[in-house]
Amino acid sequence: MRKYLLFAALAFAATPAHANLNVFACEPEWGALSTEIGGDKVSVYTATTGAQDPHQIQARPSLIAKARTADITVCDGAELEIGWLPMILQQANNAKIAPGQPGAFDATSFVRLQEQPSRLDRAEGDIHAAGNPHIQTDPRMMLPVAKALAARFSQLDAANAPAYAGRLADFEKRWNAALAKWTAQAAPLKGVNIAVQHHAWIYMEQWLGLHEVVPLEPKPGVPPSSGYLAQVLQKLQATPAKFVIRAAYEDDRPSTFIAEHASIPAIELPFTVGGTDGAKDLFGLYDDTVNRMLQGLKK
Amino acid sequence: MKRFLLLFLLCAASPAFASEASDIAAIKAQLGAMQHDYDSRIRSLEKRLAKAEGELKVARAAAAKPVAVASTAGTGTAQSFDRPAATPTDAPAPDAAPQDVVADNIPPPPAAPPASNNAFNPGIAAVLNGFYVASTRDTQKQTIRGIPAGDEAGLPSRGFSLGESEVSLAANIDPYMSGFLDFSMADDNSLEVEEAYILSKDLPYGLTIKAGRFLSGIGYLNERHAHDWTFSDAALPYRAFLNSQYGDDGLQVRWLAPTDQFLEFGAEIFRGDSYPAAGATHGGQGTATAFMHTGNDINESSSYLAALSYLHSRADNRETDGHVFTGNDDLGIASLVYKWAPGGNPTINNLTLSSELFYGREKGTFDALPFSQDRFGWYAQGVYQFMPRWSFGLRYAGLSTSDPTASLIGSPLDGFGHGPHAETALLEFDTSEFGRFRMQYTHDESDLKPNDEVLFQYTVIYGPHGAHRY
Repeated sequence: MRKYLLFAALAFAATPAHANLNVFACEPEWGALSTEIGGDKVSVYTATTGAQDPHQIQARPSLIAKARTADITVCDGAELEIGWLPMILQQANNAKIAPGQPGAFDATSFVRLQEQPSRLDRAEGDIHAAGNPHIQTDPRMMLPVAKALAARFSQLDAANAPAYAGRLADFEKRWNAALAKWTAQAAPLKGVNIAVQHHAWIYMEQWLGLHEVVPLEPKPGVPPSSGYLAQVLQKLQATPAKFVIRAAYEDDRPSTFIAEHASIPAIELPFTVGGTDGAKDLFGLYDDTVNRMLQGLKK
Repeated sequence: MKRFLLLFLLCAASPAFASEASDIAAIKAQLGAMQHDYDSRIRSLEKRLAKAEGELKVARAAAAKPVAVASTAGTGTAQSFDRPAATPTDAPAPDAAPQDVVADNIPPPPAAPPASNNAFNPGIAAVLNGFYVASTRDTQKQTIRGIPAGDEAGLPSRGFSLGESEVSLAANIDPYMSGFLDFSMADDNSLEVEEAYILSKDLPYGLTIKAGRFLSGIGYLNERHAHDWTFSDAALPYRAFLNSQYGDDGLQVRWLAPTDQFLEFGAEIFRGDSYPAAGATHGGQGTATAFMHTGNDINESSSYLAALSYLHSRADNRETDGHVFTGNDDLGIASLVYKWAPGGNPTINNLTLSSELFYGREKGTFDALPFSQDRFGWYAQGVYQFMPRWSFGLRYAGLSTSDPTASLIGSPLDGFGHGPHAETALLEFDTSEFGRFRMQYTHDESDLKPNDEVLFQYTVIYGPHGAHRY
């Protein structure tokens, strides 16, 4: 009995009266956006890093412990985290962040997703029913998500609503200026043919007018065999690409192989905040992404 | 039909009002006014529609060509993307690129509505398993020296066999509970309810309650279904002391501390009807357990989970191979798991090291003769994924038991001074997260005469299967 009393005392003691919103961000880009909108009113814990594949994260004890005390999860959604987040939510058993609660924020719910598969079949590889979830490759997506996130923070923490609104307005202003800068810088990339390792870049391709000639994965999430890479080379002979891109967390061997044999540069892109040294924050992410591709164009 | 009725009524009515021509003129005038009114309303709607279409075109064009819009807007911002510009004259021809973002005030398109009868179907997943075993001795005649083990402690039989096939149904029941049902079909066509429990969803203070039939939370591997084990079979101490894994009917309470260090406490009461318990003693509350889990990240690349567990069970006339045990079984387990992946990204290379120590005692009567046996078991294993899809593992497991009293020499409790042990090597190829092929070699000295076993196994999962534990 005494033990239970101790537990109860601990449980209460650990809940401070006026705390910041505890944000459990699934991916670094949403952690960075939460910081942009929440500032010092939120405490952001980012569950993954730019070096990690957001599809495949182990449901580590540290993540469960952090989810236990979170007020809101800020995740990509669209099944990107389906391999690990449900187990964390089940073990953390935190009603605030259960699916459907205001404390469960999915960024992909606020933009229009593309590539909803017409055939839902695991024979097609790692596909997502809701559509391609990698929306953070297009910086324009940040505006509607930021607006929705500010509204959600305000809903959960009404006392600080003016602060969230102020930070949102400031972010929108800076973001629009940055968007204009990136779009102007990236003008030479328009219409450029590229090859991609994982089919994760469609939103960026649409933003910059890049043209994806071929993915190095035969099906999403399926590592390429040497036979498939030979087919990719054939395709690149018929339709040459300027460079091949991959996310920082991905195995560099397929893109290096293609780069050598097709004599084009292989470019590592940050994919998310912290993916490369240049992608220190949300702005740096796109600065570095655009710069690295422009460099690739010169080679 | 209605129209004819109306005509008939008009015809019938017209003679009566024929003389009142002025009224008719007035009605005509009214009709004319109404028609004009509707025409103008339709024209205004058409205008609004055309305008909306124009704005949509601008929005699409802006989505496809923010540069062009930014330059025409002159302000140098891409604001027009978020809020479509209201200047249809600037609208370029609609681009082939579809609109890729919606403004946040427009709700996202709803997903296709599911067929009504199936909308609330549970997630159904199936696990299929197949074995091929070659061994120098018959695996079915193997025993674990010194331990009267249960009937599921052994290896698959020689040759081809179907392992356990599982079908599970999982769903939320209401906002407060979820349910899980798992059937297991053995290769002898017998059906068994492996797990069937309800789990609380909404309890405060980090409490979770589970009730029904479930696998106990003791140890590290016990709670995992066989398809989630790191090797094809359970380690020797699990086979000897827990009949591969302990599951029973009962109640579990867990509490997760609100700390950055993962710290979880749990306690269970079970009916006490499965090995090492038997006979559902104490009015069907024959087993009690307690466990504590803790873990954290060590650095970006490595993390650990440690556990201490205790199981107390009571057996009343437990039969194993014709021998009868009545008495108490106590078992303590210390578990440590360490995982490493470069930068915390396990997709290319990763390593899992784990070890568990078991210390226990059985005390009571064996075939009506009094006895007390101390037993110790342990295993240590490591699995390394050396390239995507491929992993290699090694495991060592050993046991020791105290010598029996003179009256029980030669019984299954007599280890003949032989410490059972087994060394296992594993090579695994994963076709995806849902398909797996294994080749496992074991030099097994759990019995007096060693057995060399080569085992091939496939395991596949299909259907919506929940994510796996750490």
